[in-house]
Amino acid sequence: MSAHLDALEAHSIFILREAFHALERPALLWSLGKDSNVLIWLARKAFLGEIPFPVAHLDTGLEFPEVYAFRARYSTEWGLRLIDNACPPLEETDPSLPPGARIAQRKSLGLAQALERHGFDGLITGIRRDEQATRAKERVFSPRALDGSWLATDQPPEFWDHLVAPRAPGLHVRVHPLLAWTEIDVWRYIARENIPVCPLYFARDGQRFRSLGEQGITLPVASEADTIEAIIAELEATRTPERAGRTMDHESEDAFERLRSGGYL
Amino acid sequence: MSLGAPPLGIVIVGHVDHGKSTLIGRLLLDTGAVDAGQLARLEQAAQRRGEPLELAWLLDALQVERDQGITVDTSRIWFRSSLRPYVIIDAPGHSEFLRNMVSGASGAAAAVLLVDAAQGVGEQTRRHSELLVLLGVRQLIVAINKMDLVGHDEARFEALKAETGAMLAGLGITPAATLPLAARDGANLVLRSEALGWYRGPTLVEALDALSLPVASDAPLRLPVQDVYRRAGARWAVGRVDSGDIKVGDRLRILPTNQLAVVAELDVAGQRREAACAGAAVAVRFGNEVLLARGQLMVPESHDAMLADHLRLSAFWLDSEPLRVKDRVQLRVHAAQVAATVLSIDAASGSGEEVGPGGFADVVLRLAQPLACDPGRTAAPTGRAVLLRRDRICGGGLVLEGERRTAAATGRAMLAPDGTGLQAIEPEPGRVLWLFGLSGAGKSTIARTVKQLLADLGREAVVLDGDMLRLGLNSDLGFSEADRSENVRRTAQIAALLSRQGLDVVVAVITPSAAMRGLARDILGSAARFIWVRASLETCARRDPKGLYARASAGTLSGFTGLSAPFEAPLDADMIIDTDVLAPEAAAAAALASL
Repeated sequence: MSAHLDALEAHSIFILREAFHALERPALLWSLGKDSNVLIWLARKAFLGEIPFPVAHLDTGLEFPEVYAFRARYSTEWGLRLIDNACPPLEETDPSLPPGARIAQRKSLGLAQALERHGFDGLITGIRRDEQATRAKERVFSPRALDGSWLATDQPPEFWDHLVAPRAPGLHVRVHPLLAWTEIDVWRYIARENIPVCPLYFARDGQRFRSLGEQGITLPVASEADTIEAIIAELEATRTPERAGRTMDHESEDAFERLRSGGYL
Repeated sequence: MSLGAPPLGIVIVGHVDHGKSTLIGRLLLDTGAVDAGQLARLEQAAQRRGEPLELAWLLDALQVERDQGITVDTSRIWFRSSLRPYVIIDAPGHSEFLRNMVSGASGAAAAVLLVDAAQGVGEQTRRHSELLVLLGVRQLIVAINKMDLVGHDEARFEALKAETGAMLAGLGITPAATLPLAARDGANLVLRSEALGWYRGPTLVEALDALSLPVASDAPLRLPVQDVYRRAGARWAVGRVDSGDIKVGDRLRILPTNQLAVVAELDVAGQRREAACAGAAVAVRFGNEVLLARGQLMVPESHDAMLADHLRLSAFWLDSEPLRVKDRVQLRVHAAQVAATVLSIDAASGSGEEVGPGGFADVVLRLAQPLACDPGRTAAPTGRAVLLRRDRICGGGLVLEGERRTAAATGRAMLAPDGTGLQAIEPEPGRVLWLFGLSGAGKSTIARTVKQLLADLGREAVVLDGDMLRLGLNSDLGFSEADRSENVRRTAQIAALLSRQGLDVVVAVITPSAAMRGLARDILGSAARFIWVRASLETCARRDPKGLYARASAGTLSGFTGLSAPFEAPLDADMIIDTDVLAPEAAAAAALASL
């Protein structure tokens, strides 16, 4: 038993319970990646076995086949109320964005669509501070305008674990229970709890996916790690950033920031 | 190095431009924490801009920061010493962004206070130190930075060390270490520097490694009720154990309702367990019937927590709109949130009637309901409060003192002798003011003013306005004698229900006949006060707020009290308020005084 993982787990459960109390119509965003699987795992613990809100997948239609298979199996096995939300087509994205970012922007548009269609006032997501520099700036409860825009310079203060969801028309709250976790924490927790993850994370023919996104904008990294233990050993040694295989982060210096201030996770 | 250990959170604070970002950047480089991607990306960005790579850029991840040249928000950066991992919570120094520093620093186990060797202790150095104390960050390392700018002068270092030491002593803090730095050159961060050869103490990383880890307190059980879930017919109180431990079979007291409860089952992060300790996220099922609600606090049966309805806070204020005496705010301690009125503000500087953004003050608050807390136990969540306005955290503070000034019996708990069995809670009934009189006499205006006066006293009141009730609940009723009677009967029944829940109720209904007033009195009992809001027919017709007198005079409205329907001047009123003479505020004050 790791006291560190216990503390992270308890804190995330605390956040999930605060979110469920503060929000009237929350939903959990399931990207089908390792982090949101951990999030679902924690939510099942927080709510004594049954997640009392829907789980939404923003579906671009471009996920890997293994990802769709994973969704089909575990949405049933975990008893999830799955909302399969198809994202708007590429033609509706900002043509001034680089190509990878345009595909990613389909998710932002799909998110806005899901918010409007289902009237969610809060979205629980699995982002972490250590995975990307702008995500390091996030609060646990992060208020957003309806279009998803994020005013990074005018965030309310948040301290002593007092989480507040502002109520105003046109606002929704992003909830980030995994903000304090690091990539290696997530893998150690997956190992300890035996949480299922998509097989694409494990090396085949010298390659594996370290971060899972759409086909065409997500590239595998060179790796021989074919077990969780091997992945943890690899992460302890690596200096390559986690999202190195995510095309849209690297197309231009500010592409990811522009995506985020426009509503991307 | 223990890989599984949690990182020690440190916050780096100090006056803007005293070199925080440079220090952090250099620390990352020297400890090998900057990853290849980050460095490569920043080098590329610098090349494109035709500028040399600035270490501070490592932190300025947002475009807006690079544009303004200041660090905007809290950011997390990880590094390792040979002893343990650290997470740096970067707290910006720009005074407008104090709320970000508070957000970052409240999670830190220790702080590095940066002082510019050339400029000395700045205004923000003091402010940040004071905030650290209030936030509960007690371990502090003072780093006198930019020693290269003062020729690495030992005398200058000693003078600043004495100055900061005295400033911190005034706040009750003894720094763990005070050391000289030249962050730009990496002097005395990880490696010693020849230029600072006279210095014999620890480097910054050595000083960090010498800090002690936060230890669990041995305080008794404090378990706030975060929420109540129903699963398979059983009710579970969920929450996180703030201190102490909890076991199956424990007899607990639940505050402020003062119920005894026996722990029957315990869920710890999804698993059935026999016991849980501080930090655990638990769900508790009790073996006896207890009323459970968010904001309650579970404590040991023989507890020492306080039920207070007046609190004195050592507070800091972050909102641009100042906090003023008589302001109404929401106060949160653990999961309990109550309305509060500011009774007094004793600010360190300023008028004494308000505290502005970035300010500190002793604030005395009156709470609408008592809540359980631990005054003076400032390291505990039950000893800290946050203040909210319009769903936004605007300030916070340590609970210095608490007091129960209202009668202790606002709720009565019926405890079975053995602590089990049914326990009912009866709130003290609210009071009812029944305002009656002609349309236009001023009933609704006075009712609203009474509600506001009660709110200023920290009490919630409900206004039952006859016109509003006729839009909904009583929309099936007309203005016949029988319908008017029914209108009064329903209104009185609602008022009785609400007052039994502990709410004060102000009714504004014409109630034209003595019989109807008698009916209402029978329903409400002797606790209700019946007040005739009197104005002459001429005054009412002149005011005519709803245009009814005009319509009644024109003959398009029948059964209108005072013109085409009778109003029995009462002999039965507890009080008469003449609005020909009294302004609404005075009338409302008089009405309240009748209670």
